[in-house]
Amino acid sequence: MENLTFDLAQTRVSDLNRYLHVEAVKKPAHKVTVKNPDGAHNIAVGLDSPVEVEVIGHAGYYAGGMNKTGKVIIKGSAGTGVGENMMSGVVHVRGFASNGAGASAHGGLLIIDGDAGLRCGISLKGGDIVVGGSVGSFSAFMAQAGRMVICGDAGDALGDSLYEAILYVRGDIKSLGADAQIQPLTETDITSLTDLLQQAGFNHDPKSFKKVASRRELYHWNADANQEY
Amino acid sequence: MDAKTTQQARHLTLEESYGYDRKTLDYIRKAAAHGLYEIRGMGAKRKLPNFDDLVFLGASMSRYALEGYREKCATKTVLGTRFAKKPIELDIPITIAGMSFGALSANVKEALGRAASEVGTSTTTGDGGMTPEERQSSKTLVYQCLPSRYGFNPDDVRRADAIEVVIGQGAKPGGGGMLLGQKVSQRVAGMRTLPAGVDQRSACRHPDWTGPDDLAIKIQELREMTDWEKPIYVKVGATRTFNDVKLAVHSGADVIVVDGMQGGTAATQTCFIEHIGIPTLAALRQAVDALEDLDMKGKVQLIISGGVRSGPDVAKALAMGADAVAIGQGVMIALGCNGDTYGQKGKHLSALDDYAALGTAPGFCHHCHTGQCPVGITTQDEILEQRLEPAVGAKHLKNYLKTLNMELTTIARACGKQNVHHLEKEDLVALTLESAAMAGVPLAGTSWIPGSR
Amino acid sequence: MCGIVGLLVKTPAMREHLGELMVPMLIGMTERGPDSAGLAVFTGGAGDYERKISVYSGLLEDGDDFNWQGVAHELKEHLGVSVGLEAKGNHAIFSVNVDPEIVKRWLKEQYPGLFILSTGKSIHLYKDIGTPAEVAARYDFGKLQGTHLVGHTRMATESAVTPDRAHPFTAGEDFCLVHNGSLSNPNGIRRKLEPQGIHFDTDNDTEAACRFLEWRLREGDDLETALKKGFEELDGFYTFLMGTPDALALIRDPFACKPAVVAETDDYVAIASEFRSLAHLPGINHAHVFEPAPEEMYVWKI
Repeated sequence: MENLTFDLAQTRVSDLNRYLHVEAVKKPAHKVTVKNPDGAHNIAVGLDSPVEVEVIGHAGYYAGGMNKTGKVIIKGSAGTGVGENMMSGVVHVRGFASNGAGASAHGGLLIIDGDAGLRCGISLKGGDIVVGGSVGSFSAFMAQAGRMVICGDAGDALGDSLYEAILYVRGDIKSLGADAQIQPLTETDITSLTDLLQQAGFNHDPKSFKKVASRRELYHWNADANQEY
Repeated sequence: MDAKTTQQARHLTLEESYGYDRKTLDYIRKAAAHGLYEIRGMGAKRKLPNFDDLVFLGASMSRYALEGYREKCATKTVLGTRFAKKPIELDIPITIAGMSFGALSANVKEALGRAASEVGTSTTTGDGGMTPEERQSSKTLVYQCLPSRYGFNPDDVRRADAIEVVIGQGAKPGGGGMLLGQKVSQRVAGMRTLPAGVDQRSACRHPDWTGPDDLAIKIQELREMTDWEKPIYVKVGATRTFNDVKLAVHSGADVIVVDGMQGGTAATQTCFIEHIGIPTLAALRQAVDALEDLDMKGKVQLIISGGVRSGPDVAKALAMGADAVAIGQGVMIALGCNGDTYGQKGKHLSALDDYAALGTAPGFCHHCHTGQCPVGITTQDEILEQRLEPAVGAKHLKNYLKTLNMELTTIARACGKQNVHHLEKEDLVALTLESAAMAGVPLAGTSWIPGSR
Repeated sequence: MCGIVGLLVKTPAMREHLGELMVPMLIGMTERGPDSAGLAVFTGGAGDYERKISVYSGLLEDGDDFNWQGVAHELKEHLGVSVGLEAKGNHAIFSVNVDPEIVKRWLKEQYPGLFILSTGKSIHLYKDIGTPAEVAARYDFGKLQGTHLVGHTRMATESAVTPDRAHPFTAGEDFCLVHNGSLSNPNGIRRKLEPQGIHFDTDNDTEAACRFLEWRLREGDDLETALKKGFEELDGFYTFLMGTPDALALIRDPFACKPAVVAETDDYVAIASEFRSLAHLPGINHAHVFEPAPEEMYVWKI
């Protein structure tokens, strides 16, 4: 497989992205290595082909944002909104991820080997997220669809105003948000977990996870629900 | 009625309380009955200083007018010249504001696109994504990126002609949109990835950025996504407009959209609509002040919306310093909103019973949130939505936009301008103290601008 | 809305490189804060003198050409004691052996246009309008030495772009604070503090936070208690970085919307809004890089 290298100490992020949008789509699947990212923002946003982008170092905001069919591997940490609004493909963070990881992702798989910050999976719309470590407060806020697997602990208000997304947590949950509740694992859940853990390369027993889903009590206005609307 | 009660009635003195008038009593009773705030559509209904409070100083002896029918008056409008490689070029400075598929039917979205394309202007998506109908029918389509990100996807980003990052709306600055369950049809729900029929409440902050420093990075992402081709608009609801416009400039916007409190909405809390935000007149002046303060006037374009209804309104907005206007409610009314009848195969049919069923009447209706729009505009109901025929709607809307543009050029010519963008603040005077202070133009016949330094 | 940076060196040998390491950190935050920049450096002591007062003349007409020598001379005459002076352009540091309040009162009476930046045994403070690179060059930030420093780049939100509204803000002595975020009740805080005799220089929300926390510290709270009270009283979004003579302290509000990242090695602790301000630091590839958690107080001692 062809392997091209972009050194961001020498090249602008815009040139990298332009290559990925204009040239990479014309070629068969190949690999692009990004050196010296040094926290640069918007690395490999808007991929639209099965290209693989490997980032050696720490990425800034929105790495792999709006990805479609591409694969982005970050061998370091990722800033805010890694893999935000991705549609398909894979974004894999080897280190930790900042706030809003996988925000609004419609599809694809986001893997974070380390911890994720606050609001991981906020507004999730069908994507899958697997976090090897723990997630911060307000994770899966208003998550609409998709699955989140949290191998560590979850912070405050997990799954607040949750719609149809399903969350699995192996560690402790500091607190659940409004309308989120623990539910028993079903066979489907075990299958999901087995599959997602395997894809992400984690070896945990699917049965050691708790499932969090919506009570669906906030789906309609209800004066007696005693909720702060 | 017997003689005794008639006698008593004659002596009743009906003194209504100013603070506890019937409207207030009604509000308290509703609150007591429901335990929930009122939700409704449309914009602020209260009396506010507006463009009607300003008049133009036409040409006379000191200035020379242009002949109204022959001599040219340009209306071409270019938006997004700051960073975008492909700015938006419009034939007229009157655009169609963002209104969602969900709030409006697919037929209406199509009609908007058709009319806008015919008169050479842009239309805008809304919360809930881009429908194929509106993309196909719109020559120039602005794609909104909202806090909810419903239906937001990279393919549509690439299909769009410009991207508008929505921070707030004039009807509800600081709040998110609402779409009540009755309008969340299978198709609407599918586009928003929600269960059909839920009361959908959009987020008030974006999921992946907060504040202008982070918005700068978000805007860069959208530029990177589109290889710096498409203009990026930033839309704010009018509150601290002077600061907000400056910050939008700092964040890297090509175009700033300021939406005053008269701006409409499909559904939100009445307390938002009537009590949060400032009038369009005041917001427009602050926005222009901010751009001038930064020497960005003409470099970053300004679109004003919220209660722009007529050609004179457009002319006054441009004179005050806007580069273009966006219209929402006026557009809906042109399509038949709040009308007595709706058209079906060339016939006018009465909608009065349907208004009555909602407990309202033409001219008073703000029941967009119910999804039971008697004229088929703000609905997802399969039967009701047929009441708006796209071709007919498009024709009416085209007429409306043409009229506005003719009025605009008429006024500009009367002020001696060969280009509508040459209208200036000094062409205006105010008729009331309030409008003089808010718009920053002198009270007619004086040189006095209340509050000016 | 802004960028914040902080650096604390752990080994005495690195103290002379403090400014040199900091300059790229500050410049890295230009996009977050393009309109003004500032920096407070803790020098580790006032030498033979009791107090050092940083003063800014940029609000006066003669700004950069201000006659600092003349002021130092007059001040010496007035006080009858020796006065140290370190001046560069519109900035000077007076070193005095008397109660600094006497000096500040005299300066305000004689030169009402001068702006007092900071007071303390250890702190030197610089801030001005301009890009971070311009401000850094103006005051030769690269040559600054000391144990730790706190820096800031500003994108003004509500209060105007003026030098006095740039960060860091100080209150009392040897305390400074920088802020990324926006407070939603700064005026209420201000109205609460003013009757306690606390004077405000600007309408800036960060100044309200700074004076509130310094007031709590002066009232006897330790830093942790003061910050806890801050959480109760200060509404809005914030990441605060504070400097005291022997420590850097960092807190983030419960929503932690404004970013912060920390890199720690055996030699230093560096804090910035974004990693790109840390990327140039020596040994960064082996540093412990992490994001500080919300509502938790991080204190790094020299």
